[in-house]
Amino acid sequence: MTIRDFSAEEMLREQMGRLPTTDEANPSTLGTLDRRQFLKAVGGGIVVLVAMGDPGGSVVEAQGMGYPEDFNAYLRIGKDGRVTVFSGKIEMGQGTMTSLAQMAAEELGVSLQRIDMIMGDTDLCPYDRGTWGSMSTRFFGPAVRAAAAKAREVLLDLASQRLGEPIDRLKLKDGVITSLTDRSRIVTYAELAGGEPIAHTIDREAVLKSVREFKTMGVPTKRLDALDKVTGKAKYAGDIQLPGMLHARQLRPPAHSSELRSVDTSKAEEVPGVVIVNQDGLVAALHEDPEQAELSLGLIEADWQTPEPHVDETTIWDYLRSKDPGGEPDDVRGSVEAGAKLSAERFSHAYHDGYVAHAPIETHTATATVQDGKVTLWVSTQSPFGNQATVAEALGIPKAEVRVITPYVGGGFGGKSTAHQATEAARLTRIVGRPVQVAFTRAEEFFYDTFQPASFIEIDSGLDSEGRISLWDYHVYFAGDRGAEQLYDVPNSQIVVHSQGWRAPGVHPFATGAWRAPGANTNIFAKESQIDVMAAAAGADPIEFRLRNTKDKRLRSVLEAVAEAYGWEPQSAPSGRGLGVACGIDAGTYVAHIVEVVVDRTTGKVQVKRVVCAQDMGLVVNPDGAKMQMEGCITMGLGYAFSENLRFRGGEILDKNFDTYEIPRFSWVPKIETVLVSNDELDPQGGGEPAIVCMGGAIANAIHDATGARLFHLPMTPKRVLEALARLPDFDG
Amino acid sequence: MKETIRFRLNGQPKTLKTDGDRKLLWVLRTDLGLTGTKYGCGESLCGSCTVIVDGEAVRTCQLPMSAVQGKEVITIEGLAEGNAIHPLQEEFANRGALQCGFCTPGMIMNAYGLLLANKRPSRGEIVEGMEENLCRCGAHQRIVEAIEAASRRV
Ligand code: FES
Ligand code: FES
Repeated sequence: MTIRDFSAEEMLREQMGRLPTTDEANPSTLGTLDRRQFLKAVGGGIVVLVAMGDPGGSVVEAQGMGYPEDFNAYLRIGKDGRVTVFSGKIEMGQGTMTSLAQMAAEELGVSLQRIDMIMGDTDLCPYDRGTWGSMSTRFFGPAVRAAAAKAREVLLDLASQRLGEPIDRLKLKDGVITSLTDRSRIVTYAELAGGEPIAHTIDREAVLKSVREFKTMGVPTKRLDALDKVTGKAKYAGDIQLPGMLHARQLRPPAHSSELRSVDTSKAEEVPGVVIVNQDGLVAALHEDPEQAELSLGLIEADWQTPEPHVDETTIWDYLRSKDPGGEPDDVRGSVEAGAKLSAERFSHAYHDGYVAHAPIETHTATATVQDGKVTLWVSTQSPFGNQATVAEALGIPKAEVRVITPYVGGGFGGKSTAHQATEAARLTRIVGRPVQVAFTRAEEFFYDTFQPASFIEIDSGLDSEGRISLWDYHVYFAGDRGAEQLYDVPNSQIVVHSQGWRAPGVHPFATGAWRAPGANTNIFAKESQIDVMAAAAGADPIEFRLRNTKDKRLRSVLEAVAEAYGWEPQSAPSGRGLGVACGIDAGTYVAHIVEVVVDRTTGKVQVKRVVCAQDMGLVVNPDGAKMQMEGCITMGLGYAFSENLRFRGGEILDKNFDTYEIPRFSWVPKIETVLVSNDELDPQGGGEPAIVCMGGAIANAIHDATGARLFHLPMTPKRVLEALARLPDFDG
Repeated sequence: MKETIRFRLNGQPKTLKTDGDRKLLWVLRTDLGLTGTKYGCGESLCGSCTVIVDGEAVRTCQLPMSAVQGKEVITIEGLAEGNAIHPLQEEFANRGALQCGFCTPGMIMNAYGLLLANKRPSRGEIVEGMEENLCRCGAHQRIVEAIEAASRRV
């Protein structure tokens, strides 16, 4: 398996080696071919759509996402027998490169080693809206599988003609088709396709392989990007170094609300080799040496006007309440009045969450160059096609004149859905006439992040005399509806989502956006805390209480699986053991967690000792990759649970680096055990987000189980833990 | 001020005429085209820029070139011997001790330094030795396992 480098020229030359261009020596002409022209140029044949029946629900859904029907858009079989798969999805660590390759290999009937992936290149790959929402395997996966299955059937048909044998007398193995009548008669995919788009029709349906037939899917598979990443060969947007390239450092406001009154670049202009840009709001120092660019930027004198801040991380919730646009009850069952009457005991609590940063280790980066009017960009983005459109619009040129190439992305988590740096790099390269790289500093990364919004949730719930949930009146403000749904069988329940969710433009003092399972972390923290409050009041074991209140099979099965994997012994909280339970649904996947904590009552510090997580994600394409994502979610979840809370004064972001904004470290990480609950009947569901959503709730419940103290605020910092302990009636600490 | 800086880089002698105040990270990435060493924070807070200088793991984002005068520098690109990748690289790859991979070169180089100082570290010593290297993807558990496995092989 080789993962190709992503340099435009190189890639085109290598990948599509036999391009019939008139000027091989001038690779820039290659860069100007769009995908359609390219197919025409390489193929020489007419691409005929394969006539086939309905390939199944998920494929139809996939095509609803705008994916093309012609399988040639997804794959190409080279003369050397290697298969190149084209995907508008990108690889940011979530392992999609590997699972998509597995799916293509499986349906095509070749070994995984034959697959090369081209991801997130707007000139080469089928259109895709973006890599987020745990949708790659769910929605793009079916499209890739269907395309590969179609290609397989077409190739078998061609082989049948070539060998003069009916298809049922042919055997396919790793791209080699053998006649069962005369085993010396063989034809390969490479010979049949010859590096060209396949123009051939069949009138049969291409049936997807069943789980029992799987050879590559469902098998734990090593990451295909691993070797590149451990040797330093893996290229990220900032690793693209072009001849004559300048590194740009830009003038940034002290706060989001600041306005530039005047700027003086004269001192900076004296730095040898510097190029200063001051045009249409772009003020930048560019230099071949990034340190000289930084130094020059420091010499630019700017006068900013910044309004008085009126809100910070301690007053944000009052401010948000004043902005409450109201909301309509959703998923209404029974009525809250009836629920109130039915309830023997009522519980009314509010839960709060602050702003949380994405903080990928790779900052937003773009490298840009212009050749013959066409802008080529290497961007760390979750949305190459969206980015292409944004850049084209900003420059006032057609989309076809912008090519976005997405190398490996160094973490996204939703934060790289916007890629403003690409527009900056594109504008700057056009102004200075040289390749330009914009790589955010860590401070810029914090400043321009699209944070998980601060939010709060109010729940009024009740228990009937038999310890069943009788009432659930749920109001979420500014976190959105993801994860807010009713998990339990509650006869009187309503969900009211206030605001337009996590974006809420104009409300927050800076940009907010999707943060890994957007809204679900906050919603499930509140919901599963409230469930635990009621379980404790009912004197019930937290798992038993949850099972008592749901008939949902998948929810029950993950709860039972996690209890078994943990070796759960029922007991009502607070038991002193420090065990917390939470469960949830996200991206079609069910999860349940048990965490074990130790609380230091003098410092308020909480150490998580062990986390067991059971997950039902339907059919699992790469069990090893799925477990890796679960571990990643659990580890990242420690951050929002314990420390991550952006500090700000109005539009000024006070956290500028990892010294004050703390993310999980090695010593925080518990023993993590993951269990995949088998559910092969169901199509693959989300994997990159679900296991993070329970971390806040499970930990809050574990702290309560350890101490009897209830935390209502994320993150659960030592200070807040101490405050909660101090509220206990018998606290003597 | 330009000065002549001689050092060994991945086993090869290097002579650079450059400003001794420039940071090794940027000289590696721009002048020398060795982009495996990454920028993550610029303030010695994340460890993505870690290389080995005279047998010790060092952060290059704040390390002036003058400090490597006469020294032996190893970057992620210089860890393999011929075609054979280092056991740390192999264990990281085989055990999936990486996701986005951006922290990975720094993790591996820091672990390399750790193993030079302590051939058979305990789990606790690995955690302590890696504590200042940040990974946002949450590959920690597998990174510890990979270092442990590699330590049994080197
Ligand atoms: S970039 Fe050097 S420690 Fe983060
Ligand atoms: S693997 Fe992404 S930061 Fe560590």
